[in-house]
Amino acid sequence: MTQSVAAFERAGSFQLAGAAEAEALVFSQPLSFWGGIDAETGEIIDHSHPGRGQNIAGKILVMPSGRGSSSSSSVLAETIRRSTAPAGILLERPDPILAVGAIVAEFLYDIHMPLVVCDIAGIVSGERIAIGIREDGGASVRRI
Amino acid sequence: MTLELSARDQSMLDGEQGPSSAAAMKILVAFSNAIGATSLLDISAAHIDGCLYHGKAGLDFVERLVEGGGRVRVPTTLNVGSFDLIHPSMVKMPAAEEAPARRLMKAHLELGCQATFTCAPYQTRFRPGFGQQIAWGESNAIVFANSVIGARTNRYGDFIDLCCAMTERAPAWGLHLAENRRGRILFELDVADGVPSDSLFVGVGLIIGQASGDRIPVISGLPKPRDEDQLKALGAAAATTGAVALFHAVGITPEAGTLDEAFQGHAPEETIRVTRADIDQALSRLSGVPDGAPLSAVSLGTPHFSHDEWMRLLPLLREAAPGRGIPIYVNTGRATLARLQEEGALDGMEAFGLIPVADTCTYVTAILDRLDGVVMTNSGKWAHYAPGNIGVTVAFAEMRDCIRSAAVGHVVRGAS
Repeated sequence: MTQSVAAFERAGSFQLAGAAEAEALVFSQPLSFWGGIDAETGEIIDHSHPGRGQNIAGKILVMPSGRGSSSSSSVLAETIRRSTAPAGILLERPDPILAVGAIVAEFLYDIHMPLVVCDIAGIVSGERIAIGIREDGGASVRRI
Repeated sequence: MTLELSARDQSMLDGEQGPSSAAAMKILVAFSNAIGATSLLDISAAHIDGCLYHGKAGLDFVERLVEGGGRVRVPTTLNVGSFDLIHPSMVKMPAAEEAPARRLMKAHLELGCQATFTCAPYQTRFRPGFGQQIAWGESNAIVFANSVIGARTNRYGDFIDLCCAMTERAPAWGLHLAENRRGRILFELDVADGVPSDSLFVGVGLIIGQASGDRIPVISGLPKPRDEDQLKALGAAAATTGAVALFHAVGITPEAGTLDEAFQGHAPEETIRVTRADIDQALSRLSGVPDGAPLSAVSLGTPHFSHDEWMRLLPLLREAAPGRGIPIYVNTGRATLARLQEEGALDGMEAFGLIPVADTCTYVTAILDRLDGVVMTNSGKWAHYAPGNIGVTVAFAEMRDCIRSAAVGHVVRGAS
């Protein structure tokens, strides 16, 4: 994995493969989808989270990990169904709960919301990020 | 790190056993990879927490498995739903929500699951045995199975519990493996109770849940419980204030004959002393009102009342003979209810305000007639969740005090 910010392209591994290009929304604190996201709108509703009031819909959500109850799988799948989900998610550590939500949504609705485990250092909110699929099947994460 | 699959796993994954098995195995493989498991193991039972309607995606998932001809491969029990199918008029739900909520419960039956609709599957004929590998959802059931029975499950939830049931497999990781079941944190109880009250066990549960984090708690000095219902209350409370999936009580639970056995020969990472005052303080947080507050209802049976609990409740009802029309809701499994009806045990009890609730629970759906006054409960779990879920004010008390309060119309506790 490259650490270089100047030549901003890093490799990652997919928990769910797909391509996306959107604005980054970066949090240093994990966000629980269950109790933390309004599935109807994509708005962050967790009172204790610094992102409260912001909207994840259509963004590349970047955070260290997932958090909380297994019900987050259902909420992520429901946001993907309703098109209120992020365009993609970058995590530092793999998350079984979000992986299940993403893969269930792919199974049901054939929507591939990329879920990537990669180095998230240096990515800041507002910059445009592209997630692509490499020839070896791994993820490429680029700033554009 | 790669996940090792058996020939049968691979055959399911490749779709040779139908599209539903393929989907279930694909999801299970993704989950197993995410947690870093290197192989799968066989399970012999499952309990699915998928019957509460939270949105269309959950229903779509089960419908798709039904369409693909899916069947569970192990005896599979179902947790509560949003609806009391035994007493359909009891749940007050708009028709637009009722149809999918009912369908979700029925679709699970079409996959071959058992119509238990209870959060206490350990009180049914599907109760697992010591050492049995199972995949269970529902936090109180998980902690009971691991701790009181010595069966082995992780905390499974959304979609994954059903994928395990449909493939007969679970990732070989966590509490499925003996070495991961050792205690990490010791709670030394210093309580001199002659006959321990039910609330003592609730209080201990609240405290270990809050302080354990992801470490397995060991309790020493816990008074001998009257029966497993007191351990059920302890576990349910611990899984409410924390994420406890397994506790050991030295000299009481099956993997903790001695302190050394509970810790598998290791030393505790931390030791916390718990006094009577700590327990009283934890319990006091469950009550939002002082004694004397007017009562609008009583709710018992979270987790679902066992037959033994009914046998303790019914004499209390006859003795106090509440006659003010204050409803006393008791959540229970449909099998327990059927047994009581066969025994004639509930005959005439409606005169005291008794309203049995099956298949669901009074805090997950609209059952209570009045939400304005105080609701009394002997459940630490109900007391914790009901204010947020359905907006009631709660007073926690021993079961005897709940019934006495229903008789006098306001909250009375202890000797008052």
